[in-house]
Amino acid sequence: MRIGVVTFPGSLDDGDAARAARIAGAESVRLWHGDPDLHGVDAVILPGGFSYGDALRCGAIARFAPVMETIADAARGGLPVLGICNGFQILCEAHLLPGALTRNQHLHFRNRDQHLRIETASTAWTNAYTEGQEILIPVKNGEGCFVADERTLDELEGEGRVVARYTRGNPNGSQRDIAAITNAAGNVVGIMPHPEHAVEALTGPSLDGLGFFTSALRHLAGTAAGGQLTGGTQR
Amino acid sequence: MARVVVDVMLKPEILDPQGQAVANALPRLGVSDISSVRIGRRIEIEFAGEPDLDAAREIADKLLANPVIEDFSIRVDETAGDAAQMSA
Repeated sequence: MRIGVVTFPGSLDDGDAARAARIAGAESVRLWHGDPDLHGVDAVILPGGFSYGDALRCGAIARFAPVMETIADAARGGLPVLGICNGFQILCEAHLLPGALTRNQHLHFRNRDQHLRIETASTAWTNAYTEGQEILIPVKNGEGCFVADERTLDELEGEGRVVARYTRGNPNGSQRDIAAITNAAGNVVGIMPHPEHAVEALTGPSLDGLGFFTSALRHLAGTAAGGQLTGGTQR
Repeated sequence: MARVVVDVMLKPEILDPQGQAVANALPRLGVSDISSVRIGRRIEIEFAGEPDLDAAREIADKLLANPVIEDFSIRVDETAGDAAQMSA
């Protein structure tokens, strides 16, 4: 299985994301923002960082990168896409996910290990977890406050599309403690904290992040076998 | 000559923590009768020829503002020519 990781000008966590994919057992493929070709990858990660220096709004310029047009089309066709931090912001700007990420309510950059509760295992990126499972992974953002109108928030909750919530303290003021959401099909997930920084004992607070990457492999194995075992598509 | 000004503001229902921080600082300037401060963004677009409001609207809608959290307004800046002359 080949997992592509996009590098934009200003991406920071592309190396860690590629490494996490490899540790999970995938072949990682580096994709470039200016190249619309996805080089035959089976899934895509949009990594954290500050694409285009966060000019205008986080993710606003990256949305129009040549690679993003291809990814948006492929995502609508079911390609698993995980946006982490800046990648989550890009997915919202590209309207692949609802809502927006805004300035942290307290205006401080937050960098700490953060407890999350996995709310749904029915996505391409969380099927390795159990619903209600608590995990500990790093969070680091200045614009991580998830906002959407009440109707959208109710819809996300009603359809089981809140993927993870902050527990033991909300680091940025996100509405309803939302840390991660998915699209209706379950193949596109955006998460503000960083699972790719919690895949090795040497550098992470836990190995709890690895499940996001092994989930994608399980999902792909399921779809390759013609089954729909691992969530998302049966919604 | 052909300048279009786009003003982008957070929607009224979206919290503006930067504006609140400014409002909270105002008493230190001796100003106490301010009830709210909200911060937006002004973007000036210079057209080479005649100002194209439809094009400016499309730019604002697709890129300059995020309609999930922001509203925008557009106007032609009639004073752009005078200002250029004055600074020349």
